[in-house]
Amino acid sequence: MATTITKTETLVGKSIRRREDPRLITGTATYVDDIQMPGMHHACILRSPHGAARIRSIDIQAASAHPGVVAVFTGKDVAAVGPVPCGASLPGLRVPAHSILAKDRVYFVGHPVAVVVATDRYVAADAIDLIEVDYEPLQAVADPEKALAAGAPAVHPEWPDNIAFTYHQEGGDTEKAFKEAEVVVKQRIISQRLIPTAMETRGVVAEYHGAEKSLILHSSTQIPHLMRTLVALMLGLPENHLRVITPEVGGGFGSKLNVYAEEALMCFVAMKIGKPVKWIESRRENFQCTTHGRGHVDYYEVAAKRDGTVLGLRLKLIQDLGAYHQLLTPAIPTLSVLMMPGLYKFRNVNADIVGVFTNCVPTDAYRGAGRPEATHGIERMMDLLAAELKMDPAELRLKNFIGNDEFPYQTATGLSYDSGNYAAPLKKALDLADYHNFRIEQKQAKASGRLLGIGISTYGEICAFGPSPATPAGGWESATVKIDPSGKVTVMTGTSPHGQGEETTFAQIAADELGVPIDDIIVIHGDTAIVQYGIGTFGSRGTAVGGPALYFALQELKKKVRKFGEMLLESSDVTFVGGHCVHNKTGKSVSLAQIAGASYRAMKLPPDTTPGMVATYFWEPPNFAFPFGAHIVITEVDPDTGHVEIKRYIAVDDCGNIINPLLVAGQVHGGVVQGLGQALWEQAVYDDNGQLVTGELTDYAIPKASMIPWIESSHTTTPSPVNPLGVKGVGEAGTIGCSPAVVNSVVDALSHLGVRHIDMPLTPEKLWNLVHPGGQA
Amino acid sequence: MISQNFEYSAPNNLNEALALLAGGNAKVLAGGMSLIPLMKLRLAAPDHLVDLSRVADLKSIREEAGSIRIGAMTTHWEIESSPLLRAKSPLLAVAASNIGDVQVRNMGTIGGSIAHADPAADYPASLLALEAKVRIVSAKGERTLGIVEFLVDALTTALDPGEIVREIIVPVEAAGTGVSYQKMVQPASGFAIVGAAARVQKSGGKVSLVRVGMTGLAGKAFRATGVENLLAGTGGTAADVQKAAAVVADGIDANADLHASAAYRRQMAKVYTARALTQALSRAS
Repeated sequence: MATTITKTETLVGKSIRRREDPRLITGTATYVDDIQMPGMHHACILRSPHGAARIRSIDIQAASAHPGVVAVFTGKDVAAVGPVPCGASLPGLRVPAHSILAKDRVYFVGHPVAVVVATDRYVAADAIDLIEVDYEPLQAVADPEKALAAGAPAVHPEWPDNIAFTYHQEGGDTEKAFKEAEVVVKQRIISQRLIPTAMETRGVVAEYHGAEKSLILHSSTQIPHLMRTLVALMLGLPENHLRVITPEVGGGFGSKLNVYAEEALMCFVAMKIGKPVKWIESRRENFQCTTHGRGHVDYYEVAAKRDGTVLGLRLKLIQDLGAYHQLLTPAIPTLSVLMMPGLYKFRNVNADIVGVFTNCVPTDAYRGAGRPEATHGIERMMDLLAAELKMDPAELRLKNFIGNDEFPYQTATGLSYDSGNYAAPLKKALDLADYHNFRIEQKQAKASGRLLGIGISTYGEICAFGPSPATPAGGWESATVKIDPSGKVTVMTGTSPHGQGEETTFAQIAADELGVPIDDIIVIHGDTAIVQYGIGTFGSRGTAVGGPALYFALQELKKKVRKFGEMLLESSDVTFVGGHCVHNKTGKSVSLAQIAGASYRAMKLPPDTTPGMVATYFWEPPNFAFPFGAHIVITEVDPDTGHVEIKRYIAVDDCGNIINPLLVAGQVHGGVVQGLGQALWEQAVYDDNGQLVTGELTDYAIPKASMIPWIESSHTTTPSPVNPLGVKGVGEAGTIGCSPAVVNSVVDALSHLGVRHIDMPLTPEKLWNLVHPGGQA
Repeated sequence: MISQNFEYSAPNNLNEALALLAGGNAKVLAGGMSLIPLMKLRLAAPDHLVDLSRVADLKSIREEAGSIRIGAMTTHWEIESSPLLRAKSPLLAVAASNIGDVQVRNMGTIGGSIAHADPAADYPASLLALEAKVRIVSAKGERTLGIVEFLVDALTTALDPGEIVREIIVPVEAAGTGVSYQKMVQPASGFAIVGAAARVQKSGGKVSLVRVGMTGLAGKAFRATGVENLLAGTGGTAADVQKAAAVVADGIDANADLHASAAYRRQMAKVYTARALTQALSRAS
């Protein structure tokens, strides 16, 4: 027996390049649209051009007769298919019937009305133009506050007030806090509607195998297993007859954390025509029909003492839901309420949500999902309070932070913050910004007419969704680890990475635990026929919940490895290290391959041990994890144009232990960029008729590389006690921390002009008008 | 691109191309940067596309008798990086470098851009300041128009059916000419909210020549002669520049859209005109 130890280097904590990237950057990855099958047909969907209309009639004759068209289906054909699911339950929630094709009414521009199936995609698109729908246009309402006004058009006639739900949460005694307050600041704050704009639009391929009555559904999704359960339910198909495959996914950002009409619709089509069918969403459809994010009008009130001690927080949150509930639509604003106290010791909070129907595409999760809105609110309010008290905004924050000795900290909204050292990233960011000297420089700059500002955001977020009782579908995650007879390792994760890089980070974790080279490990995900049930990737949970599941599966497997190692070495005095079981006295060792081989050959088995080398673990997290950090942004506003230049962007994030710094940097960068998008450029604009004005990338301004400043990213490390890896999650942190830092910075730049608040996006025209009241140059 | 059906021809030389276009319903495909998106959205549905990318005659930048002639199918990148233009008539190269993004500049062509006549496109401001000429050909013959005559209105040029842009002619700049193109970028499309091109010469301490072209502000790009008249003959001081730039939007019916109101566009036209003039003057000797 060999005594060579092959691997001692550990990989966790190292910047390993993503193993996913070669296939992505060489264009050899398989996305839904790359799937080709013999006999595959193509579907195109006719969508409502109206924000609200009654359908008087639909004439499909010409389309059906068009050469190459195989079938045309409308709402009446799909009556047997169940509704598009809403997974969120709130008391008294009004849930509109959400059929996969419109029946007698359309509720938003883009609402699916009919589907054409043809031999090729061009023919299908041509035939769409031949369908004649007789619409009776109705008055639409696209703005949530207008929808709440008396006499507003009813989005759903059965609920003339347009209110889908109200939700109240309180903690402490807010009334008393406001009575005792020496200072109260109030502000209406908008978190505008955003379009997630994943680079890959949605796409579905469905294939039906009639003899077995089984369906394979390929979809660009973040949640293959949940999709399988829910689509099977919609179709009335036994769940084990449906296999969902998630090929490469070109970004989701929450917009693919959903089950859309098109998935069940394509399954329905495939079953009807007995051929595979593909539907690929166009960019215009993506803007009109895939969920949007944010859409808040928030009314905040903060009560405080003159010395800056915060006492109470009130929030009235108006959530623009759109016309329907998608999977989590009504739940998203409840996350804002949970996180509304931020990192501060607010003992008295009171929040009311009004969920409002509008004639727009539904809102749902978008990177941060409820927490960017909450952070934007509280971080703006802290700056407003500081201004009111003429106190330094950094000092005000430091004064009100939850102390390091107070963890786990029970918030007034019922959460238990796991661990934190909130002052650390702020102090580090202030040092990096050279805060005190900057204030001197700023004073001089303002004296010479330059508009220089600095903005702080100290954010906290709720990640690692999450304990199952707090989630609609279970919040655990699963992992299976298999060692082949040859010693090679396969990890199967129930998460569904789509850019986060767990094929790399999970291999790092497994390589360290098993002591094998990373090249001996592959990570598989996103096929319900191969991988055990899992929940998916969203809410910064991939590594924070999927990682521990993998860790525990590895521990189970290692126990078995040891048993076989002890048997082979004929001793219990054995250490498993570097991919070998080593006899502590003789130094004799057996490799993982020898051990795995023995476990499958099974000539002999250790006591109470079964053959094979596989372990599966379903991990239930005892709590969420709560990352935090401080972002500081230095801006200069051009007084002549209103253009904002970001001079410095400093991000100090604490996401607990870091598995791979390179990937964490990527997540921070991407997150910050999307935060900058909201702060400076992006807004989904509907006109009063419910037409999406920003319906194309020529009008909806997503950030491009040339628009992005250098991001100075660094970290503090406060491990989470919630999981054995000490990780917290980082996918959304950048987005959550970003927008208030930018707005606070620009408000700071303009504060001497009496500016207290500016709603996003900070367009040059908006700022120019603030610098030049009355339009005077 | 899921467009409607169309016929596609890719002629190998100019005569072949002109013969195809003489037929009537054909549409010219140059770089496709505007046409293809319109076809993708089925807002344009030409029956026949004549792709000029193989017509070598249309792809050149050459100097001839005090002018530089730029073939219609020359890409923005080729213009941006042309040593000849950079040395002898840099304004167009500067304008080209401001167009869209790298991908667009690699595909898009100057002929396609001006024939499309988007009122917020970058070239027209500079072409107006350069008093450029447009050489037009068809199966029937050829003619040359000044850029002012060529640009009729938003998305409308003087091209008749069957005609294409053959080349754009700009002057070799006299020594000491200063130029600048200043643009406020619409962040989604990359087009100009306003774009001002300035071209100045000084003589004996006075501004002896000034040309200002403006894009994005109005329904079509225009030459700001009011500005030119006010600045010409002055010393070109900061005050002169401000005073001249202040009239750029006078009498102009300014565009308004999601990205900028008419009032703000007018104001920005003044700011960017002043910036373009200031930089051009600083480069003039």
